[in-house]
Amino acid sequence: MKSHGLFSRTLLVVGLVFLYVPILSMVVFSFNNSRLVTVWDRAHSPTWKWYVELMSNGQILDAAWLSIKIAVIAASGAVILGTLAGVALARFGAFRGRALLAGMTTAPLVMPEVITGLSLLLLFVAMEQIIGWPQGRGAVTITLAHITFCMAYVTVVVQSRLVGFDESLEEAAMDLGARPAKVFFRITLPLIVPALVSGWLLAFTLSWDDVVISQFVAGPGSSTLPMVIFSKVRLGVSPDVNALATIMVLIVASGIVVSSIWMRYQNKRRERDIQLAASANL
Amino acid sequence: MARFSTRVGRRVVLGIPSAWLILLFLIPFIIVLKISFSEIQLSMPPYAPLLQWVDGKLLTVKLNFGNYAFLFTDALYISSYLYSLKVAAVSTLFCLLLGYPMAYAIARSNPTSRNVLLMLIVLPFWTSFLLRVYAWIGLLKNNGVINNVLLSIGLIHQPLTMLQTDFAVYIGIVYSYLPFMILPLYANLEKHDLTLIEAAADLGATPFTAFRRITLPQSLPGIIAGSLLVFIPAVGEYVIPSLLGRTDQLMIGRVLSDEFFENRDWPIASSVAIFMLLLLVVPIMLFQHSERRTLEAGK
Repeated sequence: MKSHGLFSRTLLVVGLVFLYVPILSMVVFSFNNSRLVTVWDRAHSPTWKWYVELMSNGQILDAAWLSIKIAVIAASGAVILGTLAGVALARFGAFRGRALLAGMTTAPLVMPEVITGLSLLLLFVAMEQIIGWPQGRGAVTITLAHITFCMAYVTVVVQSRLVGFDESLEEAAMDLGARPAKVFFRITLPLIVPALVSGWLLAFTLSWDDVVISQFVAGPGSSTLPMVIFSKVRLGVSPDVNALATIMVLIVASGIVVSSIWMRYQNKRRERDIQLAASANL
Repeated sequence: MARFSTRVGRRVVLGIPSAWLILLFLIPFIIVLKISFSEIQLSMPPYAPLLQWVDGKLLTVKLNFGNYAFLFTDALYISSYLYSLKVAAVSTLFCLLLGYPMAYAIARSNPTSRNVLLMLIVLPFWTSFLLRVYAWIGLLKNNGVINNVLLSIGLIHQPLTMLQTDFAVYIGIVYSYLPFMILPLYANLEKHDLTLIEAAADLGATPFTAFRRITLPQSLPGIIAGSLLVFIPAVGEYVIPSLLGRTDQLMIGRVLSDEFFENRDWPIASSVAIFMLLLLVVPIMLFQHSERRTLEAGK
């Protein structure tokens, strides 16, 4: 048993190093003065110059702003549609077309992006021909495409949260005469709020990160941030991309720290409430 | 009244996402299938219609299998498909070999460090996938970090060529997809009943035998789910081989996108996509089956 545990623990450490070394290397080299990214210029480093260059790069800033807008709308749309699909799959029992809906929500999780991108583009072209909308391709088509592949993830998150709860609370409310809509908003929704939050964040990240599908459905003049980065790094490494990566790592890391502090605070409050309730009963 | 609103409510809850997915997921595939049977034509969109009116009276369907025939006669496509399957299979295997022990170690650690470790596994996923793949260019280049370190400690005297090789693509795929392998494996391994292992040890089984006869078979659903989550998207991977991979041998995702964007041959691009789907249909069905089982097991 001992040697066994040692082997897996060693590989765990190796795996974690493997996961974090590339990220750390980007952070370190973002402060490097040399344009030759991987050669450390001892005399003039660390330097902020790539950050300054990044902040004065209009193309990157515009693309970042477009990506944020698309990701916010796509994540919100995906949460609405994904919640409906998740509720239907987890609570409606066996209904006609259940297998089809279940299939359409799990297939996008593994579908190669080039296929999704191509098929959506061909759909948008056909739609424009037939009903004249969406006119051309751009932010609108990117958003529609992102909602579609993000909602699959939200559906899975919501569905697995819902099957974790038994239906007794909802049934009790129903027995007491609450209407289905009221049961949903007063009982089901509060239960799945954590799933909605994590689903939204997941969808935001996926949309913010997507390059392949966007490339297919984007039109001229609507480049998202990943598209700009991709065309930049295809030509080779560039130091301001390291600076951009560092900023993104910083945002994610601080988000995680804030949310874990908040969660700890919530847990403490709950414990205190339980203690208060217990002492009140005495 | 309440009954009526229940029925309408159910229809709305069910109808909206179903309609969305039918329009934006199912119909697009039918369009791809349709265009894969059309002929290329100099127009916008650049393909000929399947249904044609002859003399304004007779509706004829013109199915053209030429695109598919072309896929099998041109060596470029066959070698790209085979290469993609090979790269995806090898990467999935490496992912499993690294991910399984990691998931095992996390599942057997104490509950407090378990959450921290899981967070460490998921954390890179929240930072940009594209940027993390890009980071490997800086590490693997001829004058990159790894070569510099190896040269300076005298382990090698000539820089190793690592970028634009199969090796670089394996690294990129394993690196990007590792969390997708670890999480389903962890979810499975965490639920195991450890008393079985103790019983086996009491009966004289070595730790390795106990692992091979008890833990490994029980974790098979996790292995299948994790492997499919890596293998299926890896076959069509586009970004990783474009940034890290060979230029003399393309993966099929790159071929598809080149046909579409550079040759503007929509029918061929569509038939490449349809054939890729045919190759993946069995793995995708397996994945859906295992996904349904895990979701239902949560009850």
